[in-house]
Amino acid sequence: MPTQAPLFPEQASTMAGRIDALFFALLGVAGFFTALIFGLILVFAIRYRRRPGRSSVFRTREPLWMELTWTAVPLAIAVGIFIWGAALYVEAARPPAGALQVFVVGKQWMWKIQHPEGPREINELHVPVGRPIRLTLASEDVIHSFYVPAFRMKQDAVPGRTTVAWFEATRPGVHRLFCAEYCGAGHSAMTGRVVVMEPREYERWLEGGGRGETIEASGRRLAERLGCLTCHVPGGGDRGPDLVGLFGKEVRLRDGTARIADEAYVRESILDPAAKITAGYEPLMPTYQGQIGEEDMLRILAWLKSLNEQKPEFRSQKPE
Amino acid sequence: MNRPDDYLNADYSVSSWLLTTDHKRIAILYLLSITLFFFVGGAAAVLFRLELMTPPGDLVGPETYNKLFTMHGVVMVFLFLIPSIPAVLGNFLLPMMIGARDLAFPKLNLLSWYLFILGSAVATTAILMGGLDTGWTFYTPYSTMFAHTNVVTGVLGVFIVGFSSILTGLNFIVTTHKMRAPGLTWFRLPLFVWALYATSLIQVLATPVLGITLLLLVAERGLGIGIFDPAIGGDPLLFQHLFWFYSHPAVYIMILPGMGVVSEIITCFSRKRIFGYPFIAFSSLAIAALGFLVWGHHMFVSGQSAYAGMVFSILSFLVAIPSAIKVFNWTATLYRGSISWQTPMLYALGFIGLFTLGGMTGLVLATLAVDIHVHDTYFVVAHFHYIMVGGMVMAYLGGIHFWWPKMTGKLYSEWWGRVSAAVIFIGFNLTFFPQFVLGYLGMPRRYHAYPDEFQVLNVLSTAGASILGAGYLLPFVYLLLSLKYGRDAGRNPWQATGLEWRTPSPPPTENFARVPEVREEAYAYGAEEAP
Ligand code: HEC
Ligand SMILES: [Cu+2]
Ligand SMILES: [Cu+2]
Repeated sequence: MPTQAPLFPEQASTMAGRIDALFFALLGVAGFFTALIFGLILVFAIRYRRRPGRSSVFRTREPLWMELTWTAVPLAIAVGIFIWGAALYVEAARPPAGALQVFVVGKQWMWKIQHPEGPREINELHVPVGRPIRLTLASEDVIHSFYVPAFRMKQDAVPGRTTVAWFEATRPGVHRLFCAEYCGAGHSAMTGRVVVMEPREYERWLEGGGRGETIEASGRRLAERLGCLTCHVPGGGDRGPDLVGLFGKEVRLRDGTARIADEAYVRESILDPAAKITAGYEPLMPTYQGQIGEEDMLRILAWLKSLNEQKPEFRSQKPE
Repeated sequence: MNRPDDYLNADYSVSSWLLTTDHKRIAILYLLSITLFFFVGGAAAVLFRLELMTPPGDLVGPETYNKLFTMHGVVMVFLFLIPSIPAVLGNFLLPMMIGARDLAFPKLNLLSWYLFILGSAVATTAILMGGLDTGWTFYTPYSTMFAHTNVVTGVLGVFIVGFSSILTGLNFIVTTHKMRAPGLTWFRLPLFVWALYATSLIQVLATPVLGITLLLLVAERGLGIGIFDPAIGGDPLLFQHLFWFYSHPAVYIMILPGMGVVSEIITCFSRKRIFGYPFIAFSSLAIAALGFLVWGHHMFVSGQSAYAGMVFSILSFLVAIPSAIKVFNWTATLYRGSISWQTPMLYALGFIGLFTLGGMTGLVLATLAVDIHVHDTYFVVAHFHYIMVGGMVMAYLGGIHFWWPKMTGKLYSEWWGRVSAAVIFIGFNLTFFPQFVLGYLGMPRRYHAYPDEFQVLNVLSTAGASILGAGYLLPFVYLLLSLKYGRDAGRNPWQATGLEWRTPSPPPTENFARVPEVREEAYAYGAEEAP
């Protein structure tokens, strides 16, 4: 982490340099037009300042081509920059296949982090260098935002839904983590660090940090405790549909419509089962609203996803 | 007293002010009220800028800090910026500029002011009861279920003030349609009137959405009806959509009238017809229309779908084009003019420069991938202060200096006027330019304490803020002094065109002894100077 007074943030992710390049292009455009306007104003204001014996020409010709030029040129530049920015954004929104999963829950005022292999951390995130990391974010109370400036990465953690972000760190180091969405008295204390390590070191950290029960296993244990498996038996029974292979599949609903079973759908099925009834089943499932916290929800989601292991990559919620 | 009857000395009684339906007196009532709120909002800013001199939160506690920036935002946006140019300068000038004796609905105009006072009294009560800490954006579910402060009272204040804004807009629209003097066609209107007209459309169409949103917020917080909080079946992003559906257009409520003022000043002090009149006029309407379609650019990292993000991004780029057209046309107006560097002109030129920089950094924010990084950082704070303070407040002060002689009949000290314009320009840039750098470095906004490496830039910003604060006090002092010591201004001290300059200063209550007839286009500079 920097100590003196830097004027430009460190670039520590694969995206950082590419976002900065676009930013510099924008600065170039902004600098050009600002200098042009400031320059013209100064030149005109001095060259045509009021002097005795010289009056204005009152009215200059207003050729149409001039208006069209200064409409069309900024428009063309704007469209170009839009395309550049959108292309990068789509990339930033889609985690690459095979990314390492990390689950993040924001809560007034801390970041709770769970690695799939077991270790849990608070306000600290350890990751290996050179591997894409896919963050699944949720919030237990208000909206927070997970922000690592050195990665040029930010994503809101919104209560009631899961959001997704990813990054790939490019070299070992320690970076600041901020909460960027105002969340109350402890907002500016909701900070932490991201520690990027060599893969070998990361392995060692995992061992030491208690590689214990995996998140899927604890999700399964939770599902047993909550009685999910009494109705959802493998292969499917009349009490509840089969959950194996559910994730990412198209589900037919009783009202004749269909929905992709993404995180939002599954979350709703658990918290508000009556909202969408699966075709061929009765609305028997009880609501778990108030019984399952955000961390538990992430565990159950991880367990459900692990049920269709054959699929290498699960559908992310973004882009829809 | 050898002064002829004018709107100021027509009657001295208190009731003649509090029950007046004269648009000029109502404008003065607004001027006094919003000046008070400007200094209240400014005082809050002074306190938190002092807090931010050092990295740890040591001057005030986090709760107080959060209340201070909330108060600053709520007061400056709803009680100063939104009413500033429309309710003060618009009220005073619109009827005179179109050759009318008053607005279409003079009593409604007075009601607007009373609603404003009532709403701001309720909001002030919330502050006196201990304040609120939601930020001016009132994001849910923090505001509905988690904040322990006076959210409902504060929000109701803003809700009431909204009606004052709607009624003013309605009044202006009808007035512009129905009360123009004979011969004053749409394309002979001063561009200030076009700008006010576009602003009024937004006020009438967008403000009700804010009202509804705030009521829903109160329903959830007060009655526990689940609308925005997912724990009781709501959706927090719904609030953001509704809030920004008003609040992005509101940005244009806060800048369009300033653009109108600048068109008046630039032409007068360069003695030229405006370059590209129809382009400037229609760009105001284009801004008003497109401004309704870009709200989602505040939600690029909120979990909104990537496709929605793209649509809002391209539309945000498009809304920048009409603003660019205006800037180019103003600059072209200067070409071969006869430019005098008087106080209003200094403000207007300052506006163009700062607005350009504010607009260009807006493009940075509209660019999807870059916004991921700078969203909710000081970069955003700097950007919108360049638009709203560098733009709107500069234009407002420019307008006040331009029309002060008309409003009061007195001339202020030109020397002090120029000095304070320069001080404000320097103080402003020193305050807010470092915040662009801070933002790109990654300092989040609304932080009470921050890491050490951000201190140097924060100290610069606070230093700038103290210069800016002094700069704002100067006009307050010399304008007041001008009332007593200023020279008489006469009808038209700037030799400006425009119907408002054809009546005495200060104008008589009925504005014009005879309703004028208009035979020429706006800004017909040259006619009176030609030999
Ligand atoms: C009392 C029996 C019962 C229990 C207990 C139960 N469910 Fe269900 N579940 C159902 C039924 C019946 C449906 C289909 C009807 C509907 O959509 O509500 C269903 C639907 C679902 C779906 C949507 C599946 C699809 O194909 O659309 C998910 C996901 C789900 N349950 C998860 C869970 C989880 C996780 C638990 C434990 C926390 C759980 N259920 C507990 C009966 C149950
Ligand atoms: Cu937070
Ligand atoms: Cu906006």
